Amino acid sequence: MTLFKMFRRGSAPIARERLQILLAHERVTRNQPDLLGILREEILAVISRHVPFEPDKVQIKLDRGKSVSTLEVDIEIPNGFGAALAKAS
Amino acid sequence: MAHVVVVTSGKGGVGKTTSTAAMGAALAQHGEKVVVIDFDVGLRNLDLVLGAERRVVFDLINVITGVAKLSQALIRDKRLENLHLLPASQTRDKDALTEEGVAKVIDELRTKFDWIICDSPAGIERGATLAMRHADAAIIVTNPEVSSVRDSDRIIGLLDSKTVKAENGERVEKHLLITRYHPSRAARGEMMTIEDVLEILSTPLLGIIPESEEVLRASNIGSPVTLSNALSAPARAYFDAARRLRGEIVPMIVPSENKGIFNKLFGRKAA
Repeated sequence: MTLFKMFRRGSAPIARERLQILLAHERVTRNQPDLLGILREEILAVISRHVPFEPDKVQIKLDRGKSVSTLEVDIEIPNGFGAALAKAS
Repeated sequence: MAHVVVVTSGKGGVGKTTSTAAMGAALAQHGEKVVVIDFDVGLRNLDLVLGAERRVVFDLINVITGVAKLSQALIRDKRLENLHLLPASQTRDKDALTEEGVAKVIDELRTKFDWIICDSPAGIERGATLAMRHADAAIIVTNPEVSSVRDSDRIIGLLDSKTVKAENGERVEKHLLITRYHPSRAARGEMMTIEDVLEILSTPLLGIIPESEEVLRASNIGSPVTLSNALSAPARAYFDAARRLRGEIVPMIVPSENKGIFNKLFGRKAA
């Protein structure tokens, strides 16, 4: 929406367009379980079986793009965990 | 048969309490027996809007916990003998509002009234979900503004999934009430039009209440607008909406710009 159009038509068409896009998305995801929460729990359960880490040093981010979304998992692991792994095996 | 109607919106400040008072009064003025219930525990205001704030002795929570009988808590309106109020509690004890307790109160009210109108608190927490829980019909109050429309859409989703009717495979009858509508702003493209909102929410329209100083005046003096100025534009819109709620076919009047001759000639910004 260009500035020119905004001046000519007012901002209501923009409101309408934004809502239509947003609600189309929200209606689909509304009744689905909390995907991010489930992913977070299961990924952390798997990693914690092998590597010690502190739960609050974990960041999980989900970015929704137009055609692709990315799931970013950032876990801070203390140094020296390799030695612990070697010992265990 | 009694009708249980929830007045809901998700977003706060859109006119739920004002509309509950006006719709309740309009139905009572038609001769129906009406009770309006305030579900906003801790932040009650329906008593104030109805001018009954000094007459509250017992409230909904008192009835649920067995401290008072329903007949002791009901307040009869001084102007309309068919209109009754069941106020909310002003204490912070929200947990006293239980599903079973609310069900019992609603069942008892069904035997006494034609219309049971539940004024929902804002949000989607306990008070709001309990207010809609037993509804046969819902009035979704929406302003033509993005956050209100989005929240209404969310509430429509809840009405279709979290009510007793929905859980029994039935449908809660949904009605959209558009409030605070500025015809001139919509005409200039500054505000979404009625068609825009209807297309987005695809819910049948119950009425359009124009923005008006009469609505503020009514709450200032503690009277539903249908009583304080029955001939004003918002009052007439509420009367029409009440008739539609009763199942009558009433032509929808979209408020138009009320431009005086001066504004027509010299100014575009009439609002």
